[in-house]
Amino acid sequence: MGIEKTYAEINAKIKSGQAVIVTAEEIIPLVQEKGLTQATKEVDVVTTGTFGPMCSSGAFLNFGHANPRMRMSKVWLNNVPAYAGIAAADAYIGATETKEDDPLNSNFPGEFRYGGGHVIEDLVSGKPVHFKAKSYGTDCYPRRELETKITINDVNEVFLFNPRNAYQNYNCAVNLSKKTIYTYMGMLQPDIANAHYSTSGQLSPLLKDPHFLTIGVGTRIFLGGGVGYVAWHGTQHFPGMLNDNQGQELHPSGGTLAVIGDLKQMKSRYIRGNSFLGYGCTLMVGIGVPLPILNEEVMRWAARTDQELYAPVVDYSDEYPNLKSGKLGVVSYADLKSGQIMLKGKQVKTAPLSSYPMAVEIANELKAWIKAGKFELSQPVQNLPAVKDNIVAKSLVTSGQ
Amino acid sequence: MSSKKIILRFCKDTSDKPVIYHLVKDYDWIVNIIKARINPDKEGTMVLEVTGANYDQGIKFLEAQNIKVQMLAEQIKHNQECCTSCGICTTACPTGALYLERPAMQVVFDSDKCVICRQCLKVCPVKAMEVCF
Repeated sequence: MGIEKTYAEINAKIKSGQAVIVTAEEIIPLVQEKGLTQATKEVDVVTTGTFGPMCSSGAFLNFGHANPRMRMSKVWLNNVPAYAGIAAADAYIGATETKEDDPLNSNFPGEFRYGGGHVIEDLVSGKPVHFKAKSYGTDCYPRRELETKITINDVNEVFLFNPRNAYQNYNCAVNLSKKTIYTYMGMLQPDIANAHYSTSGQLSPLLKDPHFLTIGVGTRIFLGGGVGYVAWHGTQHFPGMLNDNQGQELHPSGGTLAVIGDLKQMKSRYIRGNSFLGYGCTLMVGIGVPLPILNEEVMRWAARTDQELYAPVVDYSDEYPNLKSGKLGVVSYADLKSGQIMLKGKQVKTAPLSSYPMAVEIANELKAWIKAGKFELSQPVQNLPAVKDNIVAKSLVTSGQ
Repeated sequence: MSSKKIILRFCKDTSDKPVIYHLVKDYDWIVNIIKARINPDKEGTMVLEVTGANYDQGIKFLEAQNIKVQMLAEQIKHNQECCTSCGICTTACPTGALYLERPAMQVVFDSDKCVICRQCLKVCPVKAMEVCF
């Protein structure tokens, strides 16, 4: 009979200050030294972390009611439109929304200096944000226009609700064409002159619980420096096995999380507005997920190393935009992090989009919270779909096809 | 010997002279041409990184040719407070002035290697690279 621990047992140890907590990086040498069984006995929680651009992010706000009342039908924050097609004083500001007068890509490549992600960062930093709203006016909500300044302290509620974050794995992006391209994976130089990747590899939350044995709806997480929760599986949650060129199964890939958390608790260090040249605006989000070491199976995945984790190489000049399946194979995170990979017989310089030092910091911060007894682990109220559920991705059929 | 970065401004009458040849041959300058441009009015601008014992003599020669010489006061600064160390700038930087220090993967900026091409200013998602004059 193998080791089995419950959430209640682990939380009891956290409360009494007896729990052993290590990061997803620290667990690797520990398992290599002590073996899986002994390490599972000794360690209660493994903390993961990631900090990267996550476009499917945004915040719901409630501004409070003005006198006379207003059913805000259009809302702008620092001149960035927020979606107001919900109740009277509510809106949703999306990370990739651009400023009303942004030249976009008309002078290519556009700079996209300020957008929804920057509004969210400014709110978190406590900066005043210009608020403008318009309405058509009703008997119960007569006001038609409103312009003022608000700060995060002035609004009733503001919470992040990010429909797709913490991608389990991500493409390693290259450019096979003859001209520079500007993508959400950064500036990709012609003839595979560089390769960009975007996960924290052996620290990445969903790569360390690839079969969703512990992460589910209701999992308490570190979100942007505050406490958040997994709300649901994310959009485009397509857990599937990643195969190498020979069709050999490597590890699950393609899961995502929808997360929620109070923006008022968050810190601007972990919530950063981003501008991607020629592409657009977005938000860098810091996420840390604790993995309860319930048994050896959970530990086996949590102890995986960069040498055992792979990213698929994708051409962003043709394969990606034209929805073609890739033939460029996979590369290990160990190789990606070394600074260069071999691709088509060529040495290619690599760079990440997600910050490894910040991922380390987040995993350590979460570890400190748990150690201090400030953060207990929550048992999911529902599991997330996993590889075994065989979710098939649908694509949008365009008319005429 | 530390290198100096200078801007040369050529007028219409000087832009067709083999000035760099003389700087290298007669004054032993080791030059790295960072930028060179001639506008439709045949006025030219050139940014050079220079090392050489006869630096001052070379400057005198340039001035005698009616070429204006300015020190390149422009500098690129790495705002470490703002930087997230994502690393995306490191493949855009042509000289390796921006690099990831392994194994911590922190972004480091070596301003001595910077040729002020401004690529990092464009690609940094959080605008942590700044120009100072």
